[in-house]
Amino acid sequence: MSAHRDASHSSESADVEGDGSRRKVGVVTFPGSLDDRDALRAVRLAGGEPVNLWHADADLHGVEAVVLPGGFSYGDYLRTGAIARFSAVMESIVKAAGEGLPVLGICNGFQILCEAHLLPGALARNSHLHFRNRDQWLRVESTTTAWTGGFTDGQEILIPVKNGEGCYVADERTLDELEAEGRIVARYVSGPTGYLDGHNPNGSQRDIAAIRNEAGNVVGIMPHPEHAIEALTGPSIDGLGFFSGVLRHLAHPREVAATTGANA
Amino acid sequence: MTAEVSTPVEAIEGLDTVARAADTPDEEQPFAELGLQPDEYERIRQILGRRPTQSELAMYSIMWSEHCSYKSSKVHLRQFVEKAPKNDRMLAGIGENAGVVRISDDLAVTFKVESHNHPSFVEPHQGAATGVGGIVRDILAMGARPVAVMDPLRFGAADHPDTRRVLPGVVAGIGGYGNCLGLPNIGGEVVFDPCYQGNPLVNALSIGVLPASRLQKKEATGAGNVVVLLGAKTGRDGIGGVSVLASATFDEGSDERRPSVQVGDPFLEKLLIEACLELYDAGIVVGIQDLGGAGLTCALTETAAAAGTGMRVTLDKVPLREASMEPHEILASESQERMLLIVDPARLGQVLGVAKKWGLLATAIGEVTTDDTRLAITWRGQTVVDVPPGSLVDDGPVYARPMREPSDRILVQADRAETLTRPRTGDELRETLLTLAASPNLCDKSWVTEQYDRYVLGNTVLAQPEDAGVIRIDEESGLGVAISLDGNGRFAKLDPYTGAKLALAEAYRNVAATGAVPVAVTNCLNFGSPEDPHVMWEFAEAVRGLADGCLELGIPVTGGNVSFYNQTGNTAIHPTPVVGVLGVLEDVGYRTPMGFSADGDIIILLGETKAEFSGGEWAWVQHGHLGGTPPKVDLAAEARLGTLLHDAAVRGHLGAAHDLSDGGLAQVLVESTLRYGLGASLLLPEDADPFTLLFSESTARVLVTVPRGHEKAFTAMCAERDIPYTPLGMVDKRSGALDVRGQFRIPLDELRAAWTGTLPALFGGYATNVTEEVVPDIAAVDTASAVIVAPEVALADVDVPDDEVSPAEATVSGGLLAGSDPGSDPASVGSAAAGSGSAESDAGGAIAESAAAGSDGAAAGSATSGSDAGSAADTDAGADVDAEGAEGVVGAKGAGGKRAGVRAAGAKGGAAGRSVSDAGPASDAGAASGAGAASDAGLTPGSAGADDASETAADASGSATAATSGTAASAADAEAASGSDDAGAASGTLASGTAAQATADAGAPSDAAVSTTAEGGSTDRSDEPADAEPADADPSDAAATAEDEDGDAKPASGSASAG
Repeated sequence: MSAHRDASHSSESADVEGDGSRRKVGVVTFPGSLDDRDALRAVRLAGGEPVNLWHADADLHGVEAVVLPGGFSYGDYLRTGAIARFSAVMESIVKAAGEGLPVLGICNGFQILCEAHLLPGALARNSHLHFRNRDQWLRVESTTTAWTGGFTDGQEILIPVKNGEGCYVADERTLDELEAEGRIVARYVSGPTGYLDGHNPNGSQRDIAAIRNEAGNVVGIMPHPEHAIEALTGPSIDGLGFFSGVLRHLAHPREVAATTGANA
Repeated sequence: MTAEVSTPVEAIEGLDTVARAADTPDEEQPFAELGLQPDEYERIRQILGRRPTQSELAMYSIMWSEHCSYKSSKVHLRQFVEKAPKNDRMLAGIGENAGVVRISDDLAVTFKVESHNHPSFVEPHQGAATGVGGIVRDILAMGARPVAVMDPLRFGAADHPDTRRVLPGVVAGIGGYGNCLGLPNIGGEVVFDPCYQGNPLVNALSIGVLPASRLQKKEATGAGNVVVLLGAKTGRDGIGGVSVLASATFDEGSDERRPSVQVGDPFLEKLLIEACLELYDAGIVVGIQDLGGAGLTCALTETAAAAGTGMRVTLDKVPLREASMEPHEILASESQERMLLIVDPARLGQVLGVAKKWGLLATAIGEVTTDDTRLAITWRGQTVVDVPPGSLVDDGPVYARPMREPSDRILVQADRAETLTRPRTGDELRETLLTLAASPNLCDKSWVTEQYDRYVLGNTVLAQPEDAGVIRIDEESGLGVAISLDGNGRFAKLDPYTGAKLALAEAYRNVAATGAVPVAVTNCLNFGSPEDPHVMWEFAEAVRGLADGCLELGIPVTGGNVSFYNQTGNTAIHPTPVVGVLGVLEDVGYRTPMGFSADGDIIILLGETKAEFSGGEWAWVQHGHLGGTPPKVDLAAEARLGTLLHDAAVRGHLGAAHDLSDGGLAQVLVESTLRYGLGASLLLPEDADPFTLLFSESTARVLVTVPRGHEKAFTAMCAERDIPYTPLGMVDKRSGALDVRGQFRIPLDELRAAWTGTLPALFGGYATNVTEEVVPDIAAVDTASAVIVAPEVALADVDVPDDEVSPAEATVSGGLLAGSDPGSDPASVGSAAAGSGSAESDAGGAIAESAAAGSDGAAAGSATSGSDAGSAADTDAGADVDAEGAEGVVGAKGAGGKRAGVRAAGAKGGAAGRSVSDAGPASDAGAASGAGAASDAGLTPGSAGADDASETAADASGSATAATSGTAASAADAEAASGSDDAGAASGTLASGTAAQATADAGAPSDAAVSTTAEGGSTDRSDEPADAEPADADPSDAAATAEDEDGDAKPASGSASAG
């Protein structure tokens, strides 16, 4: 069967609590958010309780983790994520992230995290200057984050990538640091099937698809795990692992992620 | 809100008021410049009882333009209503913003397609973007949440320099707008034909979903209700866009029209969608209309006319981008992202609150009146418009324009493609297949579709390149819809009546192929000037064909759009009716995709194949021929086929289903094998002419795969329903090739290279690595493009930069090909050369040299020499393998004769295919540097390290070859070794290459293969007369025959149709 359908799955159902209550995971809606509903669905399918957060509302409504979804936050005509960074909800999120709140920024969310300085570097125009949507193989390289504990080191997963400004850039020192500290969470790879024109869909430096902060609670990823959560609509269900992963993390917080961080 | 009690106001300099118009009846007015005929102008004066003011004249000229009034098409379009089949699904039909169809007790779907052809030629990016924006607002106005878009696109010749201006702009515009709006783009068409050179067709479709109870109306009812303008400010963009652009043909002056194309802001539209949906759900909206063509004029008059009410509007309240705008400009402006709402004054505060939440402007600009049913508009305290709104909307001119059948029609129809020289040998068929697969109309469209987001909203079940887009509507029940848009301008040119029916039939079949039940139709009718009697005849015929077809299929036309004046000078485009069909899936879980997905599935062709080539892709690509009569339409057969596909899908009998249309069976095999990279082994029925079977474009045909164990039940269903079926072979993972026994064998990597190389070669490849070390060197690069195996068509413009394209640009596309392709992946163009080279060498000997020479030569030489080299290699290697392979099958089947030779050849074939992939990693370096050229001709000066690129490319091929010669052998061995294991496994196979190899190698169980053949190949024919030759006499028996208890073989195909 096709590679698409063979894609390895990493999503045992996340029965997180056992006591019947569900962990609340927030998904922020900025005015131009597009994948917010998808992220809410992903939280629900993973077994969490999705909570929709509004950009203008600083209250996080008791959520235990936050997803910044894909889209064009405020139109992003200026620079992706540049305005979103100053929204009311982001002020609360930046503060809470500093205290260990798990935050996953997907695509536009990744861009916002970089603008908010929760993650280093920036996302620039794709090197070929086109928006690009395809099913993309990634290799998971850090499983000590709040979101990726359900994967195994080196696991290859297939999830869609779709962006116009997904080319990760940072200065050499930062890149070296990220490498040295094991903070590159996922890289673009060619996978079992390969691609006609290269494994890297947007020119990202060192094939970076996802990174994390020192503590491991904040992860930014360019491809869209929320689009790979159902066999019916996605190329695989590999993406579910991020959402079930954070629920597991909340149930059994890993000391390593919160404290040591640096040695992944 | 109430009109200010007018203290007498001093005349404003230059302002043409109603009072002034009454006083100056003889003032000359530029009605002709605005596109009005003298008698139309006279009619306006009669209606008003005076001359119109400047604002009124602008309003009438727009509303009575062809675009808004349908004055030339109305008399024909009536047939869609008159011939409409009975239907209880339709909640809103023709005349509304979009048709609405009920799909369950409480859910409805709305969908519509519209043209944005003229703006897209003038300014491709914004023209196409606002086309998406406009159709989405139509859907929104019905009360629906837009859930998907689709875009049928038609451009001039693929290698024409202006196509390189228009296509990338259009695609970026559609992507930019749709992606930012958060709507998945799930399908469409990309068609090239010189007839669209000066007049591309950019049609846009949107689908929306609503609770049936939330259906919105446009009627401006209720005296005192407030008229609210929601969304963007009004600017000078798009002024005259409709009247000037849509009703004028393109000539030399079109460059000057740029300012009248609207500019889109998708972010604003996204906010508008969310705000409107919130207002609908709150039940606040009395009436709503989007502002599209004719802007405020159209929205005000249509909402009032629909309700039979009047309105008082204070134009000064309209928020403007430019304060200096005059009243007629405000009324005509086509600024995007605006909606007109009618709301209860008591709830105005709520409306403003929702608008504020979404950061939108909402402004009360007037009120509904019922005592006075006129539309009165004031500006600076003076009345500038005072008209009966219905006179603009309903009382426009209607023309029964003269029509004449083109006099050369008989001659054209006599010039039939069926008489053209056809390929005969297996090698020629192979060449033809590859050439067609690489031709611009049939090649892979990923270059376009990768620029669209197809995932957003998380309900996309199928999207391009599937036959139809499928969207899940209800997560609980799995309820969903399928939609497809199709058109064929060449067929319609040959016979517009049949052409329209063919478009309908194809869209219907595409939807049915997914397992959906077709329920409704939309259309976009793209034609030349209605003032040309030939065009008008074509239009009338097409409408008649579509109306007749819909009646016959029992599905109604729910709405659509007419686009006239698609011509350059006096030359009209081919008549191009584009038809959209909507289908319903009760559970998207049973949808059938198009790609071969499971090894061993049986491949069956449904429907009857006749020798029909006129108007088809083969005649056009190979002979540049357009003549004869298009394929025959049989809508009853389409309907039977549709029911079968639905029922079989529900019962789980289908692994894949793919509609046969452009390019015929051959093209379907290309697309279905490459979809998931699974090969196929086929044996065409011996009584069939291979060329006809592979390339005919006969209708009512679908290729399906049926999982093992389901074939009996499935073929029984076919027989019951009188649907001809022809088992052709099986999905064959191990073969790694499209293998048509006795004819040709094409490794999938070679096939993929041909199919995918074309658009990147024409419009620039993707290059994804960092560009730091790139050294521009133009000289070396343009040679690199020659690596392509694609036909000359694809390359014409890449090699030879013409004056419109800077050398640097041409170079880059070439450089990207050379650099990125061989490097990045096995299936790429460059490595294809390596691949075929190695295939040859495996079979023949001088491997390394020939392959290296192949790619080297290609890199340095011309396109011609490149593809020559490639095909030469193919021919040699392929032919040997095929011939022997076929024989081998026979041997196995017959007495177990000469299998050794077969296995060798077969194994080599397989190994060759595999060795190509070996080349991949080796040449990654090439990708890095070559592809580094990166990005865009515009930005990156010159191109990549051309030297580096071509060198690395060459190196890569070299090492690929080296690797090949080594690994090929071992792969072959491995194959052979595993053969014995596979003998058992082969039992599932239908005389495939693998089976042959395996059996041969194991030296034993040829019977196993044979008996399974009998079982799997055809199950229900034991009652057929045994009429075939003994099996070993003819290779064609092997795959498609069955053996009954007596051991007699019968052709599998003929029986099907009999059944």
